Amino acid sequence: MPRITDVPVLPQASTAPDRAAEHPVPVPPATAPGQPEQTQRPNRPERHRWHAWARLVSPVAVVLLWQLVSSAGLVSAQKLPPPLTVWHTAVSLVTTDSPAYGTLQGAMLVSLQRIAIGFAFGAVAAIGLALVAGLSRVGEDAVDPLMQILRTLPLFGLIPVFIVWFGIGELPKVILIALGTAIPLYLNTFAGIRGVDARLAEAGRALGLRRTEMIRHVILPGALPQALTGLRQSLGVAWLALVVAEQVNANAGLGFIISQATQFLRNDVILVALAVYAALGLITDALVRLLERRALAWRRGLLSQ
Amino acid sequence: MAPRTPLPVEAPEEAPVAATATTARGLVREFDGRRVLDGLDLDIAPGEFVALLGVSGTGKSTLLRALAGLDRQVTGTIDTPDRIAVAFQEPRLLPWHTVLANVALGLRTREPETAARIALTEVGLTERAQAWPLTLSGGEAQRAALARALVREPGLLLLDEPFSALDALTRMAMHRLVLRLWQRHRPAVLLVTHDVDEALVLADRVLVLAGGRLTFSAPVDIPRDRDRDRDHPALIELRHELLRQLGVSQEG
Repeated sequence: MPRITDVPVLPQASTAPDRAAEHPVPVPPATAPGQPEQTQRPNRPERHRWHAWARLVSPVAVVLLWQLVSSAGLVSAQKLPPPLTVWHTAVSLVTTDSPAYGTLQGAMLVSLQRIAIGFAFGAVAAIGLALVAGLSRVGEDAVDPLMQILRTLPLFGLIPVFIVWFGIGELPKVILIALGTAIPLYLNTFAGIRGVDARLAEAGRALGLRRTEMIRHVILPGALPQALTGLRQSLGVAWLALVVAEQVNANAGLGFIISQATQFLRNDVILVALAVYAALGLITDALVRLLERRALAWRRGLLSQ
Repeated sequence: MAPRTPLPVEAPEEAPVAATATTARGLVREFDGRRVLDGLDLDIAPGEFVALLGVSGTGKSTLLRALAGLDRQVTGTIDTPDRIAVAFQEPRLLPWHTVLANVALGLRTREPETAARIALTEVGLTERAQAWPLTLSGGEAQRAALARALVREPGLLLLDEPFSALDALTRMAMHRLVLRLWQRHRPAVLLVTHDVDEALVLADRVLVLAGGRLTFSAPVDIPRDRDRDRDHPALIELRHELLRQLGVSQEG
């Protein structure tokens, strides 16, 4: 049998006609021929940058209008505090450790810790279960029915049961977040594993890949896009679960600030806490999207076309 | 490799090489009660380039998958060289691995990357080694798939309509490339195609699959030094015969 390593390699020039033949019509290729792909970035037209700024116009206009309406005394400042008041409240919540609220950053840390622990447990369980169910029929029969039942249960309807089971401390909050995280992530990861292109799997078998190699090179990367979609959904549910869980006997965290503020009729404080929830949600979503861009860099060629 | 057995269906005039690289006997495969392969026998000599023709749905790809060991429900006996490689109609490169990693994937040699680089050079894709497969043109992707098959140094190379999705010019370039690579590495080749002219340009022997068996076999006895002359009288005659076999009365 001839060995490939024994034969002289083709001179480069002999491939030129082949390449020319591949673009018989002047379709702009995604990349210039001969240029290494990994250094390529899709260069966005100037227009797109202006577009990003243009999208800021309407939100800013609404905030200005809100400020004007409040300053003009058209609505009660207690019911709808003007943006500037909310800003000053935020600053004082950060700079002063008040007996009623503590500090904003302290509360934020408590809430972040809750969601981090709940999310971590939920994500690990979801991915583990999805692998068990996705990679074997027996695993699917054992795991999937239970997850499908869990998925139909109304998450927040479980709170009273959790209080009976786990009390009103940290545990029911973390479990609620973990459960909220686990279900969308499990469903998407499982579907992603099962949805791996059968033709690629067949090609893998034709290449003689072993089972572990199939999982590593074909199944897991193939499932990743949908698993990451599930991760983003999970984060959304996790933040919701945090907000709801913190309403239950919160003695620390952003939920505690909100329940205190409710008693003192301080809508400005409530708005600050809500804004912090929103900002943290946005930041975590951006982190996942960054992860997506890194992990799915191979799709860039497709998306930029 | 099994000892040579008499050909039951096809009987080429010149005696092939002593050893038989690939032998299939009595292959049967049913899909929902429909027999796609019905006691099929096939022989391919080492280094022989065989083209398999047949109208759509006659089981050409089924036969190829059976030979590749990708179909566990086929019955009969199959004897093939140890190393088999497949190139499919679509390139089937893993989009999340670079072209180089795709070619090196599953290689059990000591330096898979080096072997993969050499194979990529052979198909003229040296500079695309680090590219993502989704950025390749159709012809480039198919060349990468060819490199991925050849780097395994197969004794039997199975090609499942690998050029059918390419435009005419790219297809011609690919024909020349495949011939060049085949002449250098000399694997036995089974090319599944629905294109009579492609079969005539490339193969040593053309087969027709119909009714679950090989119903026709003929050698293509025209030198392959340059591109085979389409207007060669023997080719014209064989083309007519093949089209008749395929149930196409007039050449189109």
